[in-house]
Amino acid sequence: MAYPADFKYTKEHEWIKADGASATIGITTYAQESLGDIVFVDLPKPGTEISAGKTFGSVESVKAVSDLYAPASGTVSEVNADLSTHPEKVNSDAHGAWMLKITLKDKNELNSLLSAADYEKFVSEEGGH
Amino acid sequence: MRYLPKSASDREAMLKAIGVRSIDDLFAQIPPEYRLNRGLEVPRQMAESEIVDWFRERSRENGDGHATFLGAGAYYHYRPVIIDSLISRGEFLTAYTPYQAEISQGTLQSIFEFQTMISELTGMEVANASMYDGSTAAAEAVMMAVRLTGRRSVVVARSVHPEYREVLSTYAFHQGMPLATVSFKDTGRVDFKELEAAMNSDTACVLIQSPNFFGTIEDVEAIGELAHSKGALLVVAIAEAVSLGIVAPPLSADIIGMEAQSFGVPLGFGGPYCGVIATRETYVRQMPGRLVGQTTDRNGKRGFVLTLATREQHIRREKATSNICTNQALIALMANIFMAVYGKVGLKELAKQNLAKTAYAAQQFGKHGKVLFTGAPRFNEFVVETTEDPYAINARILGHKIVGGLPLKKFYPELGNASLWCCTELTSRSTIDTAVGHVADSERSVRNAKEETPEEVAR
Amino acid sequence: MKHMTRKATRHVNQNEGLIFEKSSAGKAAWKLAPLDVPEVDTRELLGTCERKDLGNLPEVSEIEIIRHFTRLSTWNYAIDLGMYPLGSCTMKYNPRVNEVVSRLDGIANGHPYQPEKVSQGALRIIKTLSDCLLEITGMDAITLQPAAGAHGELTGLLLVRAYHDTKGSARRKILIPDSAHGTNPATAAMVGYAVENLKSNAQGMVDIGALEAQMNEDVAALMLTNPNTLGVFEQDIHKIAQLLHSKGGLLYMDGANMNALVGKVRPGDFGVDVMHLNLHKTFSTPHGGGGPGSGPVAIKKQLEPFLPRPVLASKPDGTLGFDYDRPQSIGRVRSFYGNFGMFVRALAYILANGPDGLSQTTEDAVLNANYIRKGLEGTFDLPYSSPSMHEVVFSDKMQAKKGARTMDLAKRLIDYGFHPYTTAFPLIVPGAMMIEPTESESKEELDLFLEAMRSIAQEVDEDAELVKSAPHTTRVSRLDETAAARKPILRWKPEV
Repeated sequence: MAYPADFKYTKEHEWIKADGASATIGITTYAQESLGDIVFVDLPKPGTEISAGKTFGSVESVKAVSDLYAPASGTVSEVNADLSTHPEKVNSDAHGAWMLKITLKDKNELNSLLSAADYEKFVSEEGGH
Repeated sequence: MRYLPKSASDREAMLKAIGVRSIDDLFAQIPPEYRLNRGLEVPRQMAESEIVDWFRERSRENGDGHATFLGAGAYYHYRPVIIDSLISRGEFLTAYTPYQAEISQGTLQSIFEFQTMISELTGMEVANASMYDGSTAAAEAVMMAVRLTGRRSVVVARSVHPEYREVLSTYAFHQGMPLATVSFKDTGRVDFKELEAAMNSDTACVLIQSPNFFGTIEDVEAIGELAHSKGALLVVAIAEAVSLGIVAPPLSADIIGMEAQSFGVPLGFGGPYCGVIATRETYVRQMPGRLVGQTTDRNGKRGFVLTLATREQHIRREKATSNICTNQALIALMANIFMAVYGKVGLKELAKQNLAKTAYAAQQFGKHGKVLFTGAPRFNEFVVETTEDPYAINARILGHKIVGGLPLKKFYPELGNASLWCCTELTSRSTIDTAVGHVADSERSVRNAKEETPEEVAR
Repeated sequence: MKHMTRKATRHVNQNEGLIFEKSSAGKAAWKLAPLDVPEVDTRELLGTCERKDLGNLPEVSEIEIIRHFTRLSTWNYAIDLGMYPLGSCTMKYNPRVNEVVSRLDGIANGHPYQPEKVSQGALRIIKTLSDCLLEITGMDAITLQPAAGAHGELTGLLLVRAYHDTKGSARRKILIPDSAHGTNPATAAMVGYAVENLKSNAQGMVDIGALEAQMNEDVAALMLTNPNTLGVFEQDIHKIAQLLHSKGGLLYMDGANMNALVGKVRPGDFGVDVMHLNLHKTFSTPHGGGGPGSGPVAIKKQLEPFLPRPVLASKPDGTLGFDYDRPQSIGRVRSFYGNFGMFVRALAYILANGPDGLSQTTEDAVLNANYIRKGLEGTFDLPYSSPSMHEVVFSDKMQAKKGARTMDLAKRLIDYGFHPYTTAFPLIVPGAMMIEPTESESKEELDLFLEAMRSIAQEVDEDAELVKSAPHTTRVSRLDETAAARKPILRWKPEV
């Protein structure tokens, strides 16, 4: 399973791609597979402050809800409106179906996140159960 | 015991298969210091005929065969007999919640029909598969408005059913929701100026009831406009569902919390009833309670399932929109059948009869007592003020096996000797005339300054 | 079908559309008696409040309604047809005398506000049921107001909160075992409490060490189900109660599993301070496709002042009435007095049983569950070896090796003529299969169930696909729940 090398990852299965002062956030393909068919994505409005490690929204499948944890702190600048009518895009292309764009509060927060290789290793260990 | 399908030999064979000597072995896990070593002190076992006799006695002690002028949130309408014929079918009566959709299509389809009909009647886009009753539906509708707006405080009209307000207050207290109450004018309608003054930027919603507790129809459109202009939502409670047959539905409402008891549900001394929440499609994810949705199976065949379950307690747990688990499915089925029986034309005719009976009664009562709140239209309830204590008048009417209107002083002390009277299609002219006669006599006696010793009938 | 079953056979059953699809103008199922008062001019009376159009309500005849709902009913499974092995649901027989007595005129048509003089029948019913439930639970006082189990939980926690607030020690947390039913944490949140999870030990019971560590003066109560959702009696219940009480906390018991305890042991005797009952489980009131229920809350006397208003009171002249003068009451949790119709049914059930009947019922419930446990041991994985009371929890571990999960096995059970057991709950057992037969099942029905379950296990070995794509014999096959959630269609709309 290829995880984009230019993304950073959290142990809660979010990805983040930095681009100067802003960053894009989504969930990994491992996450969408565990959740099953996604029916709804609950995201905050632009202007909302999110904090690293705290929940900022949730993803629903038919039988379960999963909280989304912020990989980094910042202010929401854009939300992917397409997901409200086509939540299934997270299943078909998790790494392309971005959820939020934020202006980063502190770029250095990304240093403590997992690289693609580390995340791949983490997932293969976790995949045991 | 006749409900237990076991013979002594069955039990013996089963104990043997399990590998224990006696049934007591299977209760060994209960620490001996707690085991009950005596029989329960409950009434002795009764034969079926004795059970029926016992309850027949209770029925006699409960005003059987009486006519009633009581409304106030619970209404005495005719129940078409096919309601009980159908809901008594074991496949409806003894079925479980339709979580296994393949073997619950009967329940699911009928709930889907119920949701549709309630939506049509209320003018809303979606309705759920019932809440406990009108009071909890109104309270949950208010909490929904709070979640949707992100604001905290609520403005409630005093003309909303006092017990609905009490329930809301109990729920609100623990959610940190400040409640402000606004009064009514002598038209019976909400005091608009007071309402405006009570609203601010933290007001999540305004809660009104229409027709309200006094039977008066509120100016829903104006209140809606006011609420929306302040960024608040309008929540409308409806206690008398039959009103929807002739009274325009509250289209300005954002959320409706209603009671469907009038649709074929027996009075039953207060329950079980059938609350419903109806609202706009955009709010559906914040709506509590079960929802049935249409879908297809693997062969493209239409079917129905419980849906949007992630709002509910069994998945969200502490983040659920509500803790509600059961709905009132069987009661909703009664309402469903009732709405199907009366339908588009019948419901209107039924409502018209209610209107006519009440108009006649109000007119007759008005000749002798003072009918309050005449400045606005009403449906099937009205308020009469008598000189004598209404408890005394009711005590005399009771002798004719008629239960008089509800004395209001316990809920609205400032209204003095006022009482709330309800007439439905089942209220006969002669019953109305008898009651009116008593009020007439009472007023006459008082005028003649004769002292009558009131028999205090409690409540 | 691969295996013949003794219990069920396919049979032609009727199709039926939505009632709206049968509607056409002019058909009617109603007729009103002629008006004995003057007609009114609606426009004159209501003005702009007049409704012009009732929209798309159907117009159909009586026979169409009878056929419509009768056909729909034939698509449902029900207790009257056979066993529901659903765990913690207690799907027992719904006696018909209950239905008859609830329809007696004075009972069915009593208005909640009618004068006390003509309400003595209803009040006597409430009093008698209350007394019986207090005797059964060993508690001091009770309210019948909550409309369902979850509603009872809400009420119970409101009482807990009022109690602590009055003592001046407002606490913020509720402890809930990870094996608990979802209503427990949802309710705690609604009352404004923070939920703290309590881990179960290796036997699936409350971990006393964890409780000791987590219990402090910020914990208002522990919400416990006993027997727990594994069907196991909490042996250390006295330690649990002691731990809570020593720090001023209260023990709340979810009474969902009372069917294992009635007549054998009383929660009030083992330290419970507040609990709710489910009349639609233990006390035979019908499920009706999802409700109504009824969730009385029984308490110890220190919580009595806080009970919802009104409270039943006996007067000096021997009559009964309602007492509204309750200054410390938490208020009301619903209008009127509760689901009175369910009180009638529950009381009729208690009267039909008497003390011996109730005891025997509990014994048969536990006997049946253990018979099933013995019959399926070895065929399915039993995650906890602790003795079962009225329900038993297996897991799909053995069958999962062939790719068949608990939901698949449950769906295949439908083809054998049974309703599925409870799947995927409690959460502490991955792939859980929770089975509660209740006392209402005969040995014959239980043997048919065992036969079906063993056959399904065999099918998993021989032809797992058959099980994974079940059910095969129902009117509709597995329904697309994803589509239903992504693009909800929550009502019928006429074709434009």
